[in-house]
Amino acid sequence: MAFLGDVLMWFTDHANWSGENGIPQRLAEHVQISAESVLIAAVVALPLGVALGHFGRFGDLAINISNVGRALPSIAIIIIAFQIFGLGDTPIVICLVALAIPPMVTNSYVALREVDPDIKEAARGMGFRGLAQLLRVELPLVVPLVMAGIRTSAVQVVATATLAALIGGGGFGRYVFDGLALRDYTTLFAGAVLVAALAMATELSLSGLERLLVPRGIRVLRAPASARAATFKTA
Amino acid sequence: MGKVFLEVVDPWVNWDWVSRHIPLFEDALLQHVRLTVVAVVVGFLLSLPLGVAAYRWRLFRNPILAVFGIFYTIPSVALFAFLVPYTGLSETTAEVGLIGYTVLILVRNVLVGLESVPPDVIDAADGMGYRPVARLLRIEIPLALPAIFAGIRIATVTTIGLVTITAIIGLGGAGQLIYQGLILNFHTPLVVGTALSIALAFIADGALLVAQRLSVPWARTA
Repeated sequence: MAFLGDVLMWFTDHANWSGENGIPQRLAEHVQISAESVLIAAVVALPLGVALGHFGRFGDLAINISNVGRALPSIAIIIIAFQIFGLGDTPIVICLVALAIPPMVTNSYVALREVDPDIKEAARGMGFRGLAQLLRVELPLVVPLVMAGIRTSAVQVVATATLAALIGGGGFGRYVFDGLALRDYTTLFAGAVLVAALAMATELSLSGLERLLVPRGIRVLRAPASARAATFKTA
Repeated sequence: MGKVFLEVVDPWVNWDWVSRHIPLFEDALLQHVRLTVVAVVVGFLLSLPLGVAAYRWRLFRNPILAVFGIFYTIPSVALFAFLVPYTGLSETTAEVGLIGYTVLILVRNVLVGLESVPPDVIDAADGMGYRPVARLLRIEIPLALPAIFAGIRIATVTTIGLVTITAIIGLGGAGQLIYQGLILNFHTPLVVGTALSIALAFIADGALLVAQRLSVPWARTA
């Protein structure tokens, strides 16, 4: 119990709330690098997954990219990227983007493939053609599963961004790795609390965003999305 | 300048060093396999009853999924850090996290598998006079096996990847080689450790796929 008291003291210590190693600065670093990586990955992965799913091509690639993503050790990618690109944010962003792409591609591919053929036929019967059918009929239907993919990726990016501290980066990982190196278990534990809280906050806020983005007409279909989305964990 | 110098003298793989350190790789691989097997086997033994309970008693379904869902969201680095003050830099610390993560993957797949059993089949089993336990063991679980196998494969590959992160608490299997590559600024163990971890994941996945084909020949899903 005395230990948890120390952790509480750490959080109430004014020194931990200001300056370069303060919580606000570390939070900003962690969020910035995570957000950048998720955005870049989304720009690459979502059009790719949607296109593959819409045209029904390269299905094995779209599915297997997640299996390959699971097999890649994130700690290795980040260290190899560091050996190639040196200090700075580049190796971290490259690693996080690489890990964020697979769940997004797989989920958007699966979502598009699963659109009810009857609905597509009805859309064609109503005069929708090609792109219009994709944009106005299929995409609204796949929002839940596509968002589940983005959420999975984002939570893993936040988790993996902790490893940035291994190669001299910032973020909450600093507290964890400095705590480990100095056997300062108070800082270690506090860092872990912050990392876990940020991962949870990411999960919750993206679930909220998902709820806002899902068209009202298909709310009833929303529940199974999180159950159907494949589990993915890199850190 | 140091960087350029290093690249000249430090190739990605120094084969001579590799050939002189085979026992090091064997030990790393052995630890990697041990950590993975314990996590997947214990995780499976825990998740089968949990999955069945969540399937049988609707009341347990959402609480079980929610608790492990929250656990799954905790980054492994944070989880190991939470445990270190209590269980130290030990295999216990590593396994608590690894087992917890496997349980979520497996419970979900056990549940998905059981829930995909067609109601007609259950009616037919009831009509043939199966009691609930016999129906579960002889009808429902066999029909859920493809989904359960898919879960075991995902859990195994995921665990092999996560084991590398336990390098930060002095374990890691092949992950320890990766970590030493960073600490010593020496490329060879980094590359070898990465290759070993990826190879292990693919070999385990392939072996489980073969086991699945042999034991569930009626389901030809990849």
